[in-house]
Amino acid sequence: MSSFRAPPRKGENFELAADLNSEYKDKRKDAIKRVIANMTVGKDVSGLFPDVLKNMQTDDLEQKKLVYLYLMNYAKTQPELVILAVNTFVKDTDDPNPLVRALAIRTMGCLRAEKIIDYLCDPLQKCLKDDNPYVRKTAALCVAKLYDLKPELVIENGFLEQLREMIADSNPMVVANTVTALSDIHIAAVAAGVPRDQFAITTEIVNKLLVALNECSEWGRVAILTALAQYEAEDSGESEHICERVVPQFQHANASVVLSAIKVVMIQIRGISSENVSKTLARKMAPPLVTLLSNPPEVQWVALRNINLLLQKRSDILSNEMRVFFCKYNDPLYVKVEKLDIMVRIATDKNVDPLLSELKEYAQEVDVDFVRRSIKAIGQTAVKIDEAAERCVNVLLDLINSRVSYVVQEAVVVMKDIFRKYPSTYEGVIPTLCANLDELDEPEAKASLIWIIGEYAKKIDNADELLGIFVDTFTEESYPVQLQTLTAVVKLYLQKPDSSQALVQKVLNTATKDCDSPDVRDRAYIYWRLLSTDPGAAKAVVLAIRPPITIPRTTVSAALLDELLGEIPLLASVYHKPAETFVGRGRIGADSVQKKDPADDRAAAQKALQTVAAGQQAENLLDFSEDPTSDGQPSGLAATTVLTSTPAAANLLSGTSSNPLDDLVSIFGSASLNATPAAPANGNPLGGFGFGASPMSASPATPSMLQPATPQQPQPQQPQDDLLGLF
Amino acid sequence: MISVSTQTYSGEIVLTGCSGLLHLQPEGRDVFRIQVVSNSDVRSPIITLGSTSFFHVRINNLYVVAVTKCNANAALVFEFCYRFISIAKSYFGKVDEEAIKNNFVLIYELIDEIIDFGYPQNSEADTLKTYITTESVVASSIAAEESSKITTQATGSTSWRRGDVKYKKNEAFVDVVETVNLSMSAKGTILRADVDGHIQMRAYLSGTPECKFGLNDKLVIDKSERTGGDAVELDDCRFHQCVRLDEFDSSRTISFVPPDGEFELMKYRSTTNVKLPLKVIATVNEIGTTQVSYVVAVKTNFNNKLSATSVIIRIPTPLNTTSVDCKVALGKAKYVPAENVVVWKIPRIQGGQEVTFSGTAKLTSTTNRQVWARPPIDVDFQVLMFTSSGLIVRFLKVFEKTNYHSVKWVRYLTKASGSYQIRAQHAPHFFNRMPLQISTPEQQLVIDDASPRLAVYHGGR
Repeated sequence: MSSFRAPPRKGENFELAADLNSEYKDKRKDAIKRVIANMTVGKDVSGLFPDVLKNMQTDDLEQKKLVYLYLMNYAKTQPELVILAVNTFVKDTDDPNPLVRALAIRTMGCLRAEKIIDYLCDPLQKCLKDDNPYVRKTAALCVAKLYDLKPELVIENGFLEQLREMIADSNPMVVANTVTALSDIHIAAVAAGVPRDQFAITTEIVNKLLVALNECSEWGRVAILTALAQYEAEDSGESEHICERVVPQFQHANASVVLSAIKVVMIQIRGISSENVSKTLARKMAPPLVTLLSNPPEVQWVALRNINLLLQKRSDILSNEMRVFFCKYNDPLYVKVEKLDIMVRIATDKNVDPLLSELKEYAQEVDVDFVRRSIKAIGQTAVKIDEAAERCVNVLLDLINSRVSYVVQEAVVVMKDIFRKYPSTYEGVIPTLCANLDELDEPEAKASLIWIIGEYAKKIDNADELLGIFVDTFTEESYPVQLQTLTAVVKLYLQKPDSSQALVQKVLNTATKDCDSPDVRDRAYIYWRLLSTDPGAAKAVVLAIRPPITIPRTTVSAALLDELLGEIPLLASVYHKPAETFVGRGRIGADSVQKKDPADDRAAAQKALQTVAAGQQAENLLDFSEDPTSDGQPSGLAATTVLTSTPAAANLLSGTSSNPLDDLVSIFGSASLNATPAAPANGNPLGGFGFGASPMSASPATPSMLQPATPQQPQPQQPQDDLLGLF
Repeated sequence: MISVSTQTYSGEIVLTGCSGLLHLQPEGRDVFRIQVVSNSDVRSPIITLGSTSFFHVRINNLYVVAVTKCNANAALVFEFCYRFISIAKSYFGKVDEEAIKNNFVLIYELIDEIIDFGYPQNSEADTLKTYITTESVVASSIAAEESSKITTQATGSTSWRRGDVKYKKNEAFVDVVETVNLSMSAKGTILRADVDGHIQMRAYLSGTPECKFGLNDKLVIDKSERTGGDAVELDDCRFHQCVRLDEFDSSRTISFVPPDGEFELMKYRSTTNVKLPLKVIATVNEIGTTQVSYVVAVKTNFNNKLSATSVIIRIPTPLNTTSVDCKVALGKAKYVPAENVVVWKIPRIQGGQEVTFSGTAKLTSTTNRQVWARPPIDVDFQVLMFTSSGLIVRFLKVFEKTNYHSVKWVRYLTKASGSYQIRAQHAPHFFNRMPLQISTPEQQLVIDDASPRLAVYHGGR
């Protein structure tokens, strides 16, 4: 057979055409195989359409399938010729062999040609009532295909009513496919804005589904469970009943069945009034979730992303299972990263010791990205669990002593957060940090260390010397470092005015005269004016006591979390983003309709923002089938990557912002404007000038306007977690 | 709404099977090639570009790719990709570029059958083989009748089993295979020890047999029911789709109509009372910058009538090792420079025995102080007739309307491969984390129908 894939010869299509018309059966079949082989590798064999079509009427099922395959591929480009095939199709739907009947109806639904659709209705009508369940289950899906092409035909022919009746079919697979078709139609109808509910699930239907659930194939179970998740139970008793019937599915070998069952329970649990029952249910969820981790890595990853969501809603379900999330040496990085996040989430003062020794091990591995995340996790643990903070600091000190550059830098960044959370507790560490001053070359690490020096300027004898180093190279540093240096020097001056007058003068001079960032200049001017008009007010502003930081318990807003829990284990729940952000309009893109609605505006805003944020990384919602030439730049395709890497986009994605302007501003490193109204209320005239992007773990409540001294991290490359944490 | 295609490692599309909807154009293939295949730094198995999401699973040098423009069920898509691979394996024996190229017609047929409009349909290889075959099927009138039977069965509530199975000798083999995962710290603390168990069954039974399966009397499956003591506790278990989950949920009985031939009846997980068959104690000392000395002791921790076989211990060495001087009392130890490990192979260790490896690695001086990942010592082994969790099969009953006599065999195997890891105690900081792996042999049990008593047989079946 490998000869079918031989390189093209001269006039190959001509030869093929001759063979397709050969008088010998074998030769014809052989030729069809070659045509399909050429089609597969992307050669244009559409010219052979009439010749292939002649071979459609045959007793050979394999040959028939091959011809159908060819038709499916080219029907769109040759709709006139497909008409010639209609007769054979219609005839085949009457064939005594159920496999042939099903094949014909399946293929007709896949021919996306306008002209053939009108001929589809009669045979479909017949097949929906076929004696053979195999034909019925195929026909049920065909209704969904038809709806996708011409919804009005489905409604006119009463196919929807027929489908609703078929939910009571005696065959479980027919029930499953009917449910699938109805759900699919429902989604398409909602997307198209049809107000009438196409698939309202009633109590009666629920009971039928629950019966079919235990009998159908694994894929059918997923379809039924997905439908059950849409149902709103009438009372607590009914919710309990549904959960009771669904819980046995936790033991299924297929991960998608388990996760879908968990979704149903998570949704129904909301309606259960008895505290005991919902506790029991939550407890039953833990073992199957853990077992999901023995799947292949891709499935594991999907499971982990969903576990992460579940923990945001019910943080207690896996608190005894810390060890199963320990990273294996050979786990893929994407699995390790998720495990890290989950471990921090379920960390308590009881299980923190094994966690810390584990994290310390990870911090000595080779993969730089993983090492950094592990160190970050140590910091998050310290901020999360007060009792463990000291142990975390000790681990960090050990790591700093390793003197591996990226380890030290990440540890410094993390230490800043610990200082922020536990002020004046770990000052003993400062000398060790300062000893590594020369090793720091990343802006974030530098900025963090400068913030620490500024914060403890009073206690560091040579703070002026240390800051002097940065002031000397001020114009060469990146903006975040400049902003931080500026603030730290002002803090130093306010605490030790005698020794640092010259330094503050110098830094204000440089910042206002030689700096090309408006942010830096503006801040320098404000400090200057503050210091020259009222040093007392300056103290109140710059040295104000900051509110404590906490680790955000959720990375998405509460409303979005509920929405996402209803989408387990769909893409949305894997990405932790609502579907609109990554799904185009129209399921196959080709028939996406340009409608003017708010969503469009939002998408446009998003588009603009990404262009701003990502510079050359132009976003494009590439439609592969329609317009492949418009954008060939592979580097610009990573729309999702771009989305997650800018604060503005994250803001949009988390669905919390309605004003694109907010996001534009936040791109440039300023605090989100939603805090603005609070500032004037405090009577502070400077409220409008927010510089302080909150530090890594700051809670949304941080009134960053009043905190010019807060560490600055305005660069858009912040990791997603932290960004989402801001909202 | 997913379409599936396979690509070679080099990015050549070998085959695109479409579920009739989303035809992946060559441009789409190019995008995937650029973003995944030629990108050495793929950090997620799902990639969304614009509004198109690519799910990929790599097998050998092929990518199985599913593409969607919807908010698809991610878990289902990956499960389906793996199912596609297992169906292909069962049809062609292996899944590689050659197999795909040589069987593209058949694969088109298969994809057309197992997925329709992006929704997975019947994916039981056994049933598929009844109507998708390598020989051409002729649609004669006799075939029509045959097809009716097939289709009814393919959509029925036991879609995994044909009705007309006949065997002269009715036999069922049950293999309890446990994989021990161990992660032990340098200080000997167990960080993680658990058992992934599989109960593999090969059923050669006529007709439509109804099977009942019983495990230990003292078996605890729900943590909340825990009584403590020596009961075998399973944290969780999962069953093949033939097992009636509702019955298991209500009465804890495992009853099912098995598929014909081999299948995985049950998977379970246990984390309590895990018996570790091999104990490994490793000490590593760095002597200056030119030498590293190793002492690794392996002790078997089970009855001396049993033995561990195919034991392979991998002891990592620094990257700049030139040679290793190995001394072992049992087995053979050899330095493998390509992998930077000493491989110590022991064909058989009796229960209760202790063997030691001692060696010295010589290092070259190197200017490039490349960081060594300090992998853990890793042990592979097999122990027959032993289960780490303590699980045993009490009975397997077969009921069929013809009431035939059936013979049942049980075999136990505990093994480790790649996940039995012991971090060695390193003197200076620069060494760390080495796994040890261990693997074990097998046992057989014959169960008589009449009396649920177990007989144990050694050796082959």
